[in-house]
Formats: sequence, C-alpha cells, structure tokens
Amino acid sequence: MQEERHSGLIPRFMEGLRKSREDIKKKVDLLLSLGNKPEPEMLEELEEVLITADVGVGTSLEIIGVLNERIKQDKGIVGERVREELKSIIREMLDGEGVKNILEGRPSVILVVGVNGVGKTTSIGKLAALYKRKGKRVLIAAADTFRAAAIEQLEVWGQRAGVELIKHSEGSDPAAVVFDALSAARARNADIVICDTAGRLHNKKNLMEELKKIQRIINREAEGRIRETYLVLDATTGQNALAQAKMFKEITDITGIILTKLDGTAKGGIVLAIKNELDIPVKYIGLGEGMEDLQPFDGKAFADAFLG
Amino acid sequence: MAFEGLTEKLQQTFKKLKGKGKLSEKDVKEGMREVKLALLEADVNFLVVKDFIKSVTERAVGDEVMESLTPGQQVIKIVKEQLVELMGSVPSRPVFSSSGVTKIMLIGLQGAGKTTAAAKMAKYFEKRNGKSPLLVACDIYRPAAIKQLQVVGEKAGIPVFSMGDKLKPVQIAKAGLAEAKKNGRDVVIIDTAGRLHIDDTLMAELEEIKAKTVPDQVLLVVDSMTGQDAVNVAEAFNNRIGIDGIFLTKLDGDTRGGAAISVKAVTGKPIKFVGTGEKVEDIELFYPDRMASRILGMGDVLTLIEKAEQSFDQEKAAELTRKLKSQQFTLDDFLEQLNQVRNMGPLDQIMGMIPGINKGKMGPMDIDEKELAQVEAIINSMTPEEKNNPSIISGSRRRRIAAGSGTRIQQVNRLLKQFEQTRKLMRQFAEMGKGTKKGRPGFPFI
Repeated sequence: MQEERHSGLIPRFMEGLRKSREDIKKKVDLLLSLGNKPEPEMLEELEEVLITADVGVGTSLEIIGVLNERIKQDKGIVGERVREELKSIIREMLDGEGVKNILEGRPSVILVVGVNGVGKTTSIGKLAALYKRKGKRVLIAAADTFRAAAIEQLEVWGQRAGVELIKHSEGSDPAAVVFDALSAARARNADIVICDTAGRLHNKKNLMEELKKIQRIINREAEGRIRETYLVLDATTGQNALAQAKMFKEITDITGIILTKLDGTAKGGIVLAIKNELDIPVKYIGLGEGMEDLQPFDGKAFADAFLG
Repeated sequence: MAFEGLTEKLQQTFKKLKGKGKLSEKDVKEGMREVKLALLEADVNFLVVKDFIKSVTERAVGDEVMESLTPGQQVIKIVKEQLVELMGSVPSRPVFSSSGVTKIMLIGLQGAGKTTAAAKMAKYFEKRNGKSPLLVACDIYRPAAIKQLQVVGEKAGIPVFSMGDKLKPVQIAKAGLAEAKKNGRDVVIIDTAGRLHIDDTLMAELEEIKAKTVPDQVLLVVDSMTGQDAVNVAEAFNNRIGIDGIFLTKLDGDTRGGAAISVKAVTGKPIKFVGTGEKVEDIELFYPDRMASRILGMGDVLTLIEKAEQSFDQEKAAELTRKLKSQQFTLDDFLEQLNQVRNMGPLDQIMGMIPGINKGKMGPMDIDEKELAQVEAIINSMTPEEKNNPSIISGSRRRRIAAGSGTRIQQVNRLLKQFEQTRKLMRQFAEMGKGTKKGRPGFPFI
C-alpha cells in the first residue's frame, strides 16, 4: 500500500476531487484576498464553506472555533496561512488508523454494510481486485440475497477481478451464505473473505437484526483473525450519513468507512463529522466505476483537496 | 417521516415564542436563526436556506398577528406557508399524453433508485390508472442492471423490454417504443443508467435518447438523503437534459429530506412521486402541504386516511360495524382488524403520520412488528369457542394458550385486557359513527 501511495495515487485523487476543489478554492481564495475584512465575518464565511461541503453545522462550528483560537494565539496566521491552518485542523480531525495488513491472520474477513444505493457491490468488486493484485487469494460472499440481481452483479465483478464467489439463491438466508463462505475459505486456504450484504436503511429494525446475526457469525467463526466491517457511504449524502454511521456502529463492529462517488461534485464533508463525533476513520475512497478506482484514504490529500 | 428532526427543532423554537403577547422583530430573528440551523441540518442547500429565511422574516415582521393565533402560531403559519410554496403548492398528479402513449424517461445519479422507481411507477399506473405499462431496460453499463429490472418487473407483473447490453441505449429505447406500439402498451418507462452530471459522454447519451424518443416527461430520480450537492446535480441535469419533474426516493429512512426543498428551488420542477420503501407498492404522490405539515409537527393525517382507505376492505369494515353494534366483536375480528392495520404499511411509518407523535422522541425502532406477530400467535392458539367468547378463558386455558403460542402468560393477559378495551372503544366509535360515512373502525393499536 505504501508504495502504491507514492506512485501516482495522489494526482489521481486530486483529479477526482478537482471539481469540488475548484469551487471551494475559489471561495477561499476570494475570502483570503480580502485581507482587510473584519475577522468574525471571514470566519463566518469559512464556516459557510464547510457547511456547503456537508460538514454539518456542529462540526463546522467546532472547526472554525479551533481556527479562531489558533488565530488569536498566533497573530502570524493571516491570508494564505489561514488556509494552511484550516487544512491542518481538518487533517488532524481525520487522522486515524490506516488499513490493516491482511497477512497477520488468515483468512481475514471484511464485512461490507450500508444503506441502499451507496455502492457496496461495486466497492467489493474493486476491493477484491485490489487484494487480488497484491497476490492474495480472495473469496467473496454474495450475501445480498434480497435485491433483484445483486448476486449476478457481484458475479460479474468476481469474474472481472478473477476471484471466487460463494452464493446461494436469491431470497435465501444471508447469514447462511456468510457461514458457508467462511467454511469454504478455511477449506480452500483463502487469505481473505469479503462479504456483500443487502442495502438497508438503518432505521429498519428487522433488517438491522439480520445484520447483527451476520456479524455474530463472523465474530464466532473468524475469532482471533483480522475482522473488518466497512460502512459504505455515498459522498453525495448529507447529514443523514451521521445517523447511518451511528446506527450501523451500534449494530455491527464498524472499523472504517469506504467513501464512494467522490468523482462527482460532492465533497463528502460528512466524514469529518463522523470522525469527530463517532471516531470512525475513512479507509478507502471510491473515485469511479473502473476496477482500479478504489484508493486507500489519505487524510492529507483529502484536506489538501478539500480546501484547494 | 422525513422531517422529524426539523419538526422537533421548530417546535422547540416556537415554544419559546408562545405565550408572548406580541411578535417583535427580535422574536422573529431569534426564531429564524433556529429555523436556519434546522434547515441546514436537514440538508436544505445553504443558499436556498438564506433565501427562505429572508422571505419568511420579511413576511413575519411586517405581519399583523391574527386575533385567533398566538404570535408563535402566526410564525409557524408563515413558515409553513412559505415551505409549501417552496415545494410547489399544488399536489402532484399523474399526467398522461393525449396521444395514447405516454413516454417517461428516468435519469439520475448512480444508486438514486431509478430501477426500483421505474417498477413502482409502472405498477402504480397499472393499478390506479388502468394503464398497461412497458419497462424498457437501457442501463447497459452496470453489471446485471438489466436483470434487476427484469426481476422487479416480473415481481410487479409488468413486461420488461430489453435487448441485452451490446446495443446503444438509444437504439434500445427506440425499439422499446416500437414494441409498446405493437403490443398496445400505453405507458413506456425508460430506465437509464446512473451517471454523474459531470460525465460529458454519458450526459450526451441522455440528450440523444431524449431527442430520439421525445419523452412526455423526463423525471430526475433523487435520493432524499442527498446533501448540499443536490442543487448542483439537479441544476446540471436540468440545464443539460431538461427535466419535467422529480422522483424522490428512500423517504422511508429517517432523513430529514431537505434535498426535496433544494431540488425544487433550483429547478422549479415539481416533485411528482416519492418512494417510501423497498416493495413495489411503496410509492406515493407528493403533497407539498402535507410535507410542510409534517415539517411543522402537524402530522400527516391525510396520508394516513388515504392509506387506510386503500387497505381497509370496505365490506369487511361494514361487517365489523354490524358486529360491533350487535356486540359480536370477537378475537377473530380483532385479529382481522390487526391485519388490516398492518396492511397499511410498517407501523412506524403509520405512527409518523399521526399528529402529536414525535418519532424522534420515540427512537427509530420502538415499534416492534414482532410483538404483533406474537399477538397473532396467541389468538391463533385459542379454540374457536374461546375466540368467540373470551370470557370463558380461565387461568388454565391461559396457560395452555401461552404454551401453544410460545409466549408468556402475562402476554396473554395483556392481550385479553387490550381486547376488552378495544371492544369498549369500538362500541363507542360505532355509536358515534351512526349515520355517518362508511362506519370506519377505529385504530385500536395507535
């Protein structure tokens, strides 16, 4: 992962966030060029910039509060340095543990959850390809047995990535699919199992209970091994993503976020609020529909891209 | 359901205003600050919020407080009216082309819910408007997207036209229209692939489909959880392709749904339908006034009544009334009624429509469908004799029923007590309803 990060990932990342960056950059540039503007007004407008990026009112206020403190303490923070300071506050807020090295125990398990339409299946396809490229033996579990043609969709991704897939028929018990996949992984000596799940709104009690059961099976069957549960979030989503993260965290052992669709104009600022309030770090970002459009998250690049 | 958070906020805000004799400029300003925060947290676009606050403030400060209202109520009234206006004032109504074939094209971002929306609309038009829809599968890009439409089409009992993923979408769309003509289908719904509004190639593809098929309506499908970016997305699709309306999806979640306001504000195009669940029947027309009422905590009584009317079998209801009047209301009837209430949709949805019930306070998961299943099990474990005459259910019978239904004796006791209360209550309803319409039974569970 380290060497990948230095071989052109950041330019790609920057490209993905170009649109967002341009918008925000323009605004920040304008703000900072008005050097003689009264300070409270500038801070208020920077706060608006954050709100427009879906950071949310609470976290935006907090970030600007910290910025204000630093400006008060260091009179040298003016003009361009305000931007740098804001960037470092954002970076610090996003700072979290990176992706775990999957070799430590085998087979490791990644459970992928989220609401409908965020890009779980696509992300799994990309994740499988990523591990396959690293020479791992990957098994995917088609445990979205609910949505029409979800299994077929995952099969196509499995073929593209060249990885094996465990499936039952549509409508069958997703927990049973996961159980079988974990047994198969042991038998076939796989390095990693990635489990797809049906999209579910976090306020649907029965569906969340089903997820709890799946997590329980994984915790039992893969005890002592590396277990990750990734919540997939659509960068286009607003403040509701916070409610999603809260509820999915309550039900499963969320260890990180995959932030998808950052190749649009959405800024995905809600991950700041989520990290700040729930301490869930972003692990990957999705930048398109291609097989290689999934990148490990880099807080510095994100902060840089965020404010131009 | 969509706006509880906002509802709660506004209620809190105006609690402060209530009880004051006059509405001062300061009061309004203070109230508006919280309305602004609430709207932002509800994901209404920042600029839209600014405009909204400005117009409400202008109206509120200059306004004379009506004699019948407290100043707080007056502000709520203005906020509500402005919200309704912003969302389009008039309720949506399906419109069909006079040419005989109505062509509808669905467009939007990936994952917005186009395919599900397509099937829901088709089913809706078939059921409510007596139409014969055809679904046309033009998403050749996402793996298994065509298969997905075929499966949901089959579930809904609507034919799906597809030509695989090798032809260009515009060719498939045109062939779909020809197919509809040949088979006498009078509504054609074209499902297109999800795409980013900044993807020039794919946006050009939509332009071409539109040009070649000349749809009567292009609907933009928007996820109700969308944040600030909703305005950019809607503006881009509207400017480049031209849209006629919006299909708002996933409103069964707990999102406050401010995107509804944003999207309407920037495009000026009405919200036509809302999606409220995963089932093909989970679709409703959009009523701006109801949505605004919901925002303001006035509940959504009209939607509730409409749902009730669809789900309640009128004949059964009449029979029930007859039984009530002759005091023959049994546990079987109770169960029947329970099932009718359940048919109206998930209980938490129904609860959200009732004024005075604040779902936010109840927590999102407080209504347990499981409990209802237990009630059903208990009643099913009774003998016909017991169901008809619950007064004979002695202690030993209660133990047997509890064992038979896998419940505890306390639950059986509670149910019998509830039943007795319901019977009493319904007798009163029946008395009240004498000579009025339909004799609709009450809702014992809510």
